[in-house]
Amino acid sequence: MTRFDIKGMPYLLVSPYFLLFAIFGVFPLIYTFWLSLHDAELAGQRTFTGFGNYVELIADTEFWNAVFNTIGMFVLATVPQMILALLLANALNKRLRGRLLLRLGVLLPMITSVVAVAVIFSQLYSRDYGLFNWILGLVGIEPIAWQNEKWSSWIAIATMVDWRWTGYNSIILLAAMQTIPKDLYEAAAIDGASARRQFWQITLPMLRPTIVFVVFISTIGGLTLFTEPVMFEGEQMMTGGTTGQYQTVAMFIVEAAFRGGFEIGYASAAAWLLFVLILIGTMINYWFTRRIGGAR
Amino acid sequence: MTTTGQPANRLWDAGLLTKVVLAFALLLSAFPIYYMFIMATRTNDDALDVPPPFLPGGHLGENVRRLLSTEDAYFITGLVNSAIVATTVTVSVVLISTLAGFAFAKLRFRGSKILLGLILVTMMVPLQQMGIVPLYELMVTLGWTGQLQAVILPFLVNGFGVFMMTQYASQAVPDELVEAARVDGASTLGIYRKVVLPALRPGMAVLALLVFMQTWNEFMWPLIVLLPDNPVVQTSIAALNQAHGTDYVMLFTGTAASVLPLFVVFVLFGRQIVGGLMEGAVKA
Repeated sequence: MTRFDIKGMPYLLVSPYFLLFAIFGVFPLIYTFWLSLHDAELAGQRTFTGFGNYVELIADTEFWNAVFNTIGMFVLATVPQMILALLLANALNKRLRGRLLLRLGVLLPMITSVVAVAVIFSQLYSRDYGLFNWILGLVGIEPIAWQNEKWSSWIAIATMVDWRWTGYNSIILLAAMQTIPKDLYEAAAIDGASARRQFWQITLPMLRPTIVFVVFISTIGGLTLFTEPVMFEGEQMMTGGTTGQYQTVAMFIVEAAFRGGFEIGYASAAAWLLFVLILIGTMINYWFTRRIGGAR
Repeated sequence: MTTTGQPANRLWDAGLLTKVVLAFALLLSAFPIYYMFIMATRTNDDALDVPPPFLPGGHLGENVRRLLSTEDAYFITGLVNSAIVATTVTVSVVLISTLAGFAFAKLRFRGSKILLGLILVTMMVPLQQMGIVPLYELMVTLGWTGQLQAVILPFLVNGFGVFMMTQYASQAVPDELVEAARVDGASTLGIYRKVVLPALRPGMAVLALLVFMQTWNEFMWPLIVLLPDNPVVQTSIAALNQAHGTDYVMLFTGTAASVLPLFVVFVLFGRQIVGGLMEGAVKA
């Protein structure tokens, strides 16, 4: 009994997680790969085709359009988001009254569900009655049909992502900023370094691991973007606009498997390519963020 | 920390620019939410005004009544289902995570490092998007499509929870207490109950809040595996958006109702959530 308690109990304690993980994590991953090697339909025949689906995907312009959209919206959302989050964190790090209230305030968007965010912003972006077009109209710009073009729909969706996540990222960065020893700044100030110089030479380099972490989380979230564009579309057709101007890879997968031809083999291959895309994106971002504030 | 160096000290005072930036950030954060609640109290005629209304009207009751009588949205069913799903997932994930976190942080067993590493690696894999087809087939095979267990079970796999509880337990549970209990003849499960659980309570609360919010927000998987007449709240709103997308005030009323529970939790436990997020960020 006690021997089991020491030797066996730890495994018993971790087993619920790994049991669930095996059924709902490992099995689907492997099975997806197996399916991707087959010409398969939902509840239909499956024949082995090797890498046929992958070959077909690589020649599929709709797939590349979805990849292009996903990367485009990711960059359009992430770059301003990181800059704004850094500025905001820097501002929150100053000595002022009502700090808790301020932190809660910038976290409000993160509490709001993605679906709700998309509903609100889709209305704000509506062509005839939306707030954004009204504001643009004040400076003489004609109403924009935001859904209709690639650039405008990307901007609309990117602002939804940024509105929800900038405050959260700034809180994470703020937490890291507060661990930077204050004497570093004091020494720099005595040496006559300006606040701006201190930000570039001390804050940014010291934040590097946290920036890597935040960008990493944003990469996974951004490359699997789904809810915002689907709600922006409204009809749940998964096509991302009439000419696929904002269809993401996640939408492409769902469309292929559940909306159009129920081609689950093809969708599975797309899912694995999405994973490859995420790996590549993560590596590029890691390489890039490692250079932030590095030795020049 | 008090310093005598005046110039260095002044660096941390918020200047005018900082205050402007923060005021602007607060305004941007709050406005869309404020706007949503305003729209929920207006009529559709008001919603089509240019510029749109910025002050509340008196039509909330009427909008709520119309929302509840819109049969194809199944809104109440969605709310109740979301409450059931999010609560079940939260309780289970917290339990599973504290058990595993205790083992990883405080017990020695062969392969523990590798197993924990495995969890970290798989946290990077978007399981939901990647495994969506097999998961769907699995639910068809089990005859669970359209039923709530189909959206509960897959969400129980939460590597973040195990990771967070491992981190928390390694700091919050003193080794001496575990050893002392062991000497007193307590079993491993006894130690979990009497020593570990009380020490983990603050961390468990934060994890519970985060998991509840995350589960409440799930959209893609419920959209695929559930049927329109038995939705969760997010897919119910998507159905409203699809069928009644031009009925803005009703759509906004439903949206407001769907985020209200989260805001209540946030108002009650905001301090702990901020604290938990910031602690977790530094440890990670």
